[in-house]
Amino acid sequence: MSIQELGTESQVQIEMITCVIDGFEITVPKGTLVIRAAEKLGIQIPRFCDHPLLAPAGACRQCLVDIEINGRAFPKPQASCTIPVENGMVVKTQLTSPVADKAQKGVMELLLINHPLDCPVCDKGGECPLQNQAMSNGRPESRFEGIKRTFEKPVPISSQVLLDRERCVLCARCTRFSEQIAGDPFITLNERGALQQVGIYEEEPFDSYYSGNTVQICPVGALTGTSYRFRARPFDLVSTDSACEHCASGCAMRTDVRRGKTLRRLAGEDADVNEEWNCDKGRWAFKYEVAKNRVKSPMVRDSNGQLQEVSWPEALAAAAEGLKNSRSGVLVGGRATIEDAYGYSKFARVALGTNNIDFRARRHSQEESEFLETTKLTATYKDIDNADHILLVNFEPEDESPIVFLRIYKQVHKRSIKVTTIAPLASRGSEKLKAKLIRTTAGDETQAITNISGLTGKSVILLGERISETEGALSAVVKLAADSGAKLGWVPRRAGERGAIAAGALPNLLPGNRSVSDPAARIDMATAWSIDSISNEPGMSTDEMVNSDLQALLIGGVDPMDISAEAKIKLSKKFIVSLEIRQSDITEIASVVLPVAAVVEKSGSFMDWQGKVRKFEAAIDQTLNRSDVRILSMLADEIGKPINLPTVKSARAELDSLGNWDGPSSDMKMRNPTAAQKVSGDEAVLISWRNLLDKGSLQDGEENLAGTARKSTIIISNSRAQTLNVRSGEHVRVSNNYGAITLPCQIGDIDESSVWLPRNSLNSQLIRNLSVVSNSVVKVTKA
Amino acid sequence: MSKLTPVLSASWDQADSFTIEGYKRNGGYTAIAKALAMQPDEVIQLVKDSGLRGRGGAGFPTGSKWGFIPQGDNKEHYFVVNADESEPGTCKDTPLMMANPHVLIEGVIIGSYAIRANYAFIYIRGEVTHVVRRVQQAIEDAYKAGFLGKNILGKGFDLELVLHVGAGAYICGEETALLDSLEGFRGQPRLRPPFPAIAGLYAKPTVVNNVESVASVPSIISNGVAWFTGMGTEKSKGFTLYSLSGHVNNPGQFEAPLGITLRQLLEISGGVRSGHKLKFWTPGGSSTPIFTDAHLDVPLDYEGVSAAGSMLGTKALQIFDETTCVVRAVLRWTEFYKHESCGKCTPCREGTWWLVQVLKDLEAGRGSESDLDKLLDLCDNIMGRSFCALADGAASPIISSLKYFRQEYLDHLVAGKCPFDPMASTLFETAGVK
Repeated sequence: MSIQELGTESQVQIEMITCVIDGFEITVPKGTLVIRAAEKLGIQIPRFCDHPLLAPAGACRQCLVDIEINGRAFPKPQASCTIPVENGMVVKTQLTSPVADKAQKGVMELLLINHPLDCPVCDKGGECPLQNQAMSNGRPESRFEGIKRTFEKPVPISSQVLLDRERCVLCARCTRFSEQIAGDPFITLNERGALQQVGIYEEEPFDSYYSGNTVQICPVGALTGTSYRFRARPFDLVSTDSACEHCASGCAMRTDVRRGKTLRRLAGEDADVNEEWNCDKGRWAFKYEVAKNRVKSPMVRDSNGQLQEVSWPEALAAAAEGLKNSRSGVLVGGRATIEDAYGYSKFARVALGTNNIDFRARRHSQEESEFLETTKLTATYKDIDNADHILLVNFEPEDESPIVFLRIYKQVHKRSIKVTTIAPLASRGSEKLKAKLIRTTAGDETQAITNISGLTGKSVILLGERISETEGALSAVVKLAADSGAKLGWVPRRAGERGAIAAGALPNLLPGNRSVSDPAARIDMATAWSIDSISNEPGMSTDEMVNSDLQALLIGGVDPMDISAEAKIKLSKKFIVSLEIRQSDITEIASVVLPVAAVVEKSGSFMDWQGKVRKFEAAIDQTLNRSDVRILSMLADEIGKPINLPTVKSARAELDSLGNWDGPSSDMKMRNPTAAQKVSGDEAVLISWRNLLDKGSLQDGEENLAGTARKSTIIISNSRAQTLNVRSGEHVRVSNNYGAITLPCQIGDIDESSVWLPRNSLNSQLIRNLSVVSNSVVKVTKA
Repeated sequence: MSKLTPVLSASWDQADSFTIEGYKRNGGYTAIAKALAMQPDEVIQLVKDSGLRGRGGAGFPTGSKWGFIPQGDNKEHYFVVNADESEPGTCKDTPLMMANPHVLIEGVIIGSYAIRANYAFIYIRGEVTHVVRRVQQAIEDAYKAGFLGKNILGKGFDLELVLHVGAGAYICGEETALLDSLEGFRGQPRLRPPFPAIAGLYAKPTVVNNVESVASVPSIISNGVAWFTGMGTEKSKGFTLYSLSGHVNNPGQFEAPLGITLRQLLEISGGVRSGHKLKFWTPGGSSTPIFTDAHLDVPLDYEGVSAAGSMLGTKALQIFDETTCVVRAVLRWTEFYKHESCGKCTPCREGTWWLVQVLKDLEAGRGSESDLDKLLDLCDNIMGRSFCALADGAASPIISSLKYFRQEYLDHLVAGKCPFDPMASTLFETAGVK
């Protein structure tokens, strides 16, 4: 592995190489492999171990071709997946070389002697590279009459991935992926010869957030997803390009549907975003859409307090009645598409005449609102690719935006770039990134941010949404970015947050980054919407709305437990119109419930953390469910203040036509840093974040996925463990006046005054159990 | 006059040849003084001039290999000795290290000095515990005597020598698999380029040499190029160890100039088992195509053996007389390759699995003549198609045995069983065990 010099990529002119393949001349950049150059000519050389995003292995030997350089021939056929083109090289593939053709047929025959040929019952049958290439580059019949190798099958290498060893062609794609791409070398090849096999370590399962990719890149049916196994044949599936709704990474996806039901989801290809990978949540968490508690028809609460199914006109009338002429607001939630968020934004301003709108169903602050209003977020994946230094602030990419993690890891693996993390502890993710840990506790990050030096214009600062939990931290980051010239990226967890900002689903922001406080921007928007004026009164944030005396709220997909422990009770005193896909804590207290479409049932787009729009079409078209914006448009009509967004397309077109505000923008009001809370004795500052796989509602119904969630533990420092006289694995109790959580402890490299728990995992749901999530003093005792 | 030229084996008949005292008494550890007084590049040039070629099988010029190490690159360099001798029939390094471990250590010091390495490793196969212990003791003695460690002989050259014991895999004799194994990974060959000279052990410039090649260096330093090139043939200079085994009256190591013939070696070693005649033999271990009695006068140097259609390999001459079933012998070797295939690439992993099944059937007299063509075609699909040379070695004995003994394969099919009495080929045959 050569370490590429920083910054050489863009500065050095790429040398071009000309060679001849099957009689055709082709010019490609230096370093291009023969197999790749042939692809450019439309010449498909069969292959198994080769994968463009993995280092060459040359193991399967299926891609053998004849090569000569300047008239000197290699004595034997060469693996085209391992050899870069050279000037004067003449390549003869199976199309023009009988030797290469026979070599390939020979390798194919050998690959098949121990293969079970159980294609009729194999998940891969119909989309199998082995099956396809056996037809295109194999002998019609095998000459093998001996005994095939057999293994016990299948072996679960995790709860979600099964291994059928006898089908395996030992291409090592899965093991190389795990090592080179995910940094989780928990599967490996063991034994030797024909008994060589993929395996896990004893008592160590395939513990990776990215394990599903190995199923997808397996060129045979050796690795299968537990949830998909024996469920469908590929030729019965209808595939639709889609975008992932689980986080702001922005993965391109493919959704495979049979007769109106999603059977599986795969990583799509987008070189600028997720390359060809995704995380296991994106791949396997889609059962929520077929949950038994889907809301199927509109409902209105009757005089007995019971929700009754009613017709759409009745429901819309009831909703309109409760909303109009009352002091009201809108909670969008962080998962809306851009089009839906725009619908909510326009609905609030036009139909309700208010700026009371907020997408944030999580901890948030006024400082954050201003940051999102005033700060240019310019960092992209490409900037990570070219970065000299990446600074993470209150951001755990592996848990909070897994593809951002893969992209950073790629550069750590390839170029050994510097990563610094301002965090309370060295997480598994930051250890994999070999990140320099600047250990902080909740509340004192600002000093650490201020002290950072050495950032350049090629550096990238990535902020997690949790940074808003410390007053002054965002101000310090804005200053750091301005002083250093580093690119700034803000990576929220949920897929809809960046889009909601663009759509103006914030109390201080109108669509296209127009400030509510800017009269010109308000006039601009009022003109575009053909209304007299837009309120100049800044709206309320989520917390303010929940705690306010507003009479009515329109609520998109929001879990009140994401806001606060008391939110549900407070909201229950208001007139609630709920747009939901499933029965929830909100539908329980709503006066009117309007069913909306799940992501696979609608078209739309998300905006990823880079600000890139990720469009998708409906994967399931046999559904009566409609996107939120369509319902909002009907509701606005009913109120008598139409928003005229009858379709997703019309919302998209209208938002696009608005463009971004090009008038002057204001600067952020700088906040002073705060200090961490003082603790003594058995007290500690509570710190948490959400693990990628946890109790999030979109993961409902997928037990195999849940089986690979990291175990809930309480992380304490070594000195605290000694004080408490506990050893790793023993139970510890974290408590406050509200409640307590007892879990096994783990001794970690954590600030001594702090304690860490997962924010929303099994047996550790902090808002529910403790009513706080971070920056709060709790007691830590031996259980 | 004997044609033998004992150099490495000259002291093997002395009871204490393996001790540092014995070695020094026979002139040992004087070459390093001479070498350390030279410039490293002069040492490389001297070895280049001597024409010494690798004794591990491939015959690559040792001096050139040393010369490939980039100098002045501010990187650590490593010198690694391949003592993973595992080829069926090959048995020269093991007795050499048993009887004279210090000559190897002296060679390591000189080689490391030449390529500017301060760390050297001897990778030895784990099964030969007695050899491991002897080499380990020799290393300790060399440290005590100041030949290893800091500032050797006061010349400012430091060298740490580490003995690493492998777990017993034939593939770890392949130099890149050896390096993987030495680094603590499973032994599987690496993709080349980069070659070890550029990115070997821990991705640093590394030389990997066979035991006998390294052990030959001190004598070249002491006696000079002319002495060394005075032995051997035009392109194959010097002396080497020929290992005779099998149906020969006095099996063992015979150190002679390159280019000696089997006829001459048989004369020295008392001939083929009395009362029997030569049927076939391997010139350089089981991976090299077999020869017959028609090849008795082939000069056993790199060019001579190659011209006759085989390879000098490790000069492991396994002698088989007319009592041996060639099909059975080839089956045994093939089973070995199947067992030792690392599994990385398809032709070797699957091919050896299949070859064994085909050969078992043929040996038992099952099948038809078309199976012989299938077997040959299968070998054609394996030979030169695999990741490393292991599979080539597996195909070679099959192809060559069919070339010379096709009728014997057919005889099995006609008889419906092996026409040979397996007991007759055993050495205890005359004792009447049956």
